[in-house]
Amino acid sequence: MSPLRAAVPLTNGGAIPLADLPLLGRGHFTGALLAEVAEGARVAAYFAAPAGRVLELYAILARDAHSDLAVLRTEIGSDYPSLASRCPELQLFEREIAEQYGSIPTAHPWFKPVRFHRSWNGRDAWGRGAERPQPAVQEFYRVEGEEIHEVAVGPVHAGVIEPGHFRFQCHGELVMHLEIALGYQHRDVERLLLGGPHPATPHQLETVAGDTSIGHATAWSHVSEALGGGSVPPRGEALRLVALELERLANHVGDIGALAGDVGFLPTAAFCGRLRGDYLNATAVLCGSRFGRGLVRPGGVAAELSDEQAATLRERLATVARDTRGALELFFDTPSVLARLEGTGHVAVEDAAAVGLVGVAARACGLVRDARKHHPLGGYRTAGIEPAVKWGGDVFARAAVRQREIDDSLALVDRTLAALPPGPVRAENGSPRPKSLAVALVEGWRGEVVHAALTDAAGRFSRYKIVDPSFRNWTGLALALRGEQISDFPLCNKSFNLSYCGFDL
Amino acid sequence: MTYETTVIAMLKILHERLRQGHRTASYPSEAPVLPERFRGAPRIVPERCREGCGDCLDACPFGAIEGTAGGPRLDLGRCIFCGACAAACPHGVLEFSRDHRLAARRREDLLAGAEGHRLAYALDGEMRRLFGRSLKLRQVSAGGCNACEADLNVLNTLVFDLARFGIQFVASPRHADGLMVTGPVTENMRFALLESYAALPAPKLVIASGACAIAGGPFRGSPECHDGIGDLLPVDLYIPGCPPHPYTALDGLLRLLGRL
Repeated sequence: MSPLRAAVPLTNGGAIPLADLPLLGRGHFTGALLAEVAEGARVAAYFAAPAGRVLELYAILARDAHSDLAVLRTEIGSDYPSLASRCPELQLFEREIAEQYGSIPTAHPWFKPVRFHRSWNGRDAWGRGAERPQPAVQEFYRVEGEEIHEVAVGPVHAGVIEPGHFRFQCHGELVMHLEIALGYQHRDVERLLLGGPHPATPHQLETVAGDTSIGHATAWSHVSEALGGGSVPPRGEALRLVALELERLANHVGDIGALAGDVGFLPTAAFCGRLRGDYLNATAVLCGSRFGRGLVRPGGVAAELSDEQAATLRERLATVARDTRGALELFFDTPSVLARLEGTGHVAVEDAAAVGLVGVAARACGLVRDARKHHPLGGYRTAGIEPAVKWGGDVFARAAVRQREIDDSLALVDRTLAALPPGPVRAENGSPRPKSLAVALVEGWRGEVVHAALTDAAGRFSRYKIVDPSFRNWTGLALALRGEQISDFPLCNKSFNLSYCGFDL
Repeated sequence: MTYETTVIAMLKILHERLRQGHRTASYPSEAPVLPERFRGAPRIVPERCREGCGDCLDACPFGAIEGTAGGPRLDLGRCIFCGACAAACPHGVLEFSRDHRLAARRREDLLAGAEGHRLAYALDGEMRRLFGRSLKLRQVSAGGCNACEADLNVLNTLVFDLARFGIQFVASPRHADGLMVTGPVTENMRFALLESYAALPAPKLVIASGACAIAGGPFRGSPECHDGIGDLLPVDLYIPGCPPHPYTALDGLLRLLGRL
């Protein structure tokens, strides 16, 4: 088998028996992975799972140009050669595997813990003692020099936000380097899912990142349907699409408001704060919860929406849409606002590609990455999504991507609600296939949400891997701060608006 | 920018401001109208309950329901308001109303039975004199999923306009009268949470906001979490919900201050 053919193809939302997935030799695995990446594939997920006394390493590659995925599998022991220097987007995944299973990627260029928890099998990759690791207790990168000073922020921040620790190396106001240490929100989600699905599973997945409840519930539902062989009725698919786009709208509108607040442009800040709530309330019309809890379930959606209710919702959204466009126009038409956004927090397209940014942050650097287009599932197969791509790589570009997506999502939701297919909203899902791998990529509002499940002989989860877009994108924020003024950190941070708990799991 | 463009920009802002109008809710003089499918305070009719049926108990993923001689009792602290119990009950014993008022002062007051549950009562004496008209809160997220945090932030929008009640979120625990905690308290946040509490000047209040902070929420039982703040800090107000609706939180705060 040539390295190029070693990867087993899989479409998004599909499942394959583990028996069909060859266990490659290490060299073969590495060669195939690097060849795929050189051909343009991205690493969507990279994780280990225990198999007897050894670990099996899975690479799930997204081949956007071919609209398919490719899977590679090999075996690793207590150490294996790191690929992070040759494929930087693997660096955090390798550290994650090391933290979970104590398997050391040798010659890793930045070998530090990710979430600061005990390893899952008692083997500590950093040789730490029996005591529990403390968050952010690690060697931070330091710039040395007489005029260099260090600024430490967090875990508790000034606003009503989640905790994380930021360490800046500064020369005066200038940030030379930012290192971000997370893990404070670690709730052990992946291990709680083992042996599942349990009764608590849907609720835990909806709170992996509470602002992406729909995104994660949708990814989990696709995985469940792939394993159970169930299909979703067209009306269920349409309502899932509406829910996911409403989640995008609420968060994008909220983000523009937050950016406006940070540059001191209060009209848009005030308008968008309110409008974000209007989108959340629209989601609550669907299911009673502003965050869409309980709405998306395997087989479809858990709540019916009548044609009359859809028409009412559409009318209501038309008003909200007009107010949203008004609020955004003010923001993007005001030179003093633009002056603060343009050129701030720049990330180069090569860096974005190398570290594997996804979602808004990637598209703002010129990368055409949108799972709704390249790997569409459900209602997105026919939605004709054109990714919103900007080239600037700065705060302005990240705001402008959101503006375009707000417009597109408003049109898409309106179109979908106007022509909801008739029929039921949910179908039965079968019992999960044993000894299989199922993968789903969903374009959440921040970016690609990846769920991958391995099942045991009884069809229960023997490993459930979650890759929230924030796992990929925090590195982007660190890069954006290089050469910036430290006073622009809040603005840069809001332009990414990443999840702490989505990263910490 | 020239003088003219500045004026035009200003006029555009004023025009949009006039068009969008005044949107601050008339709460509390008018009761909020929540969506039809909103799940708020439970209504329990034990007379309809059949002996030997435990469907609601079995349906709850978090053990929030207890079967008693007087019918089911729902622990609003553990409840994430998913509605599985109501859906499972074939007799209509248990259903969720659109009533957003849920907050309580004591843990045991969150047990809802046929007579409902005991809503939060006001602070008394010196505490009410000190905080009744001005309350500064420091929020700490200790494993929160950002839904609780987001819907607390919403209180600062012009719809709710929290500041008109004299309540404010402040940037430092040293400036605060109380700690508002969200999340099940991850082991990694335990120390920072306790340090934040210690940094608050006395007398001080603690508010547990959301199912996680009260009893662990969806992460109850996780080896990396503490099932809420109950064993770590003295709690003065519990605000149920997953996440609590902004009106639920506001109602709780105003009740605590004796303003409702």
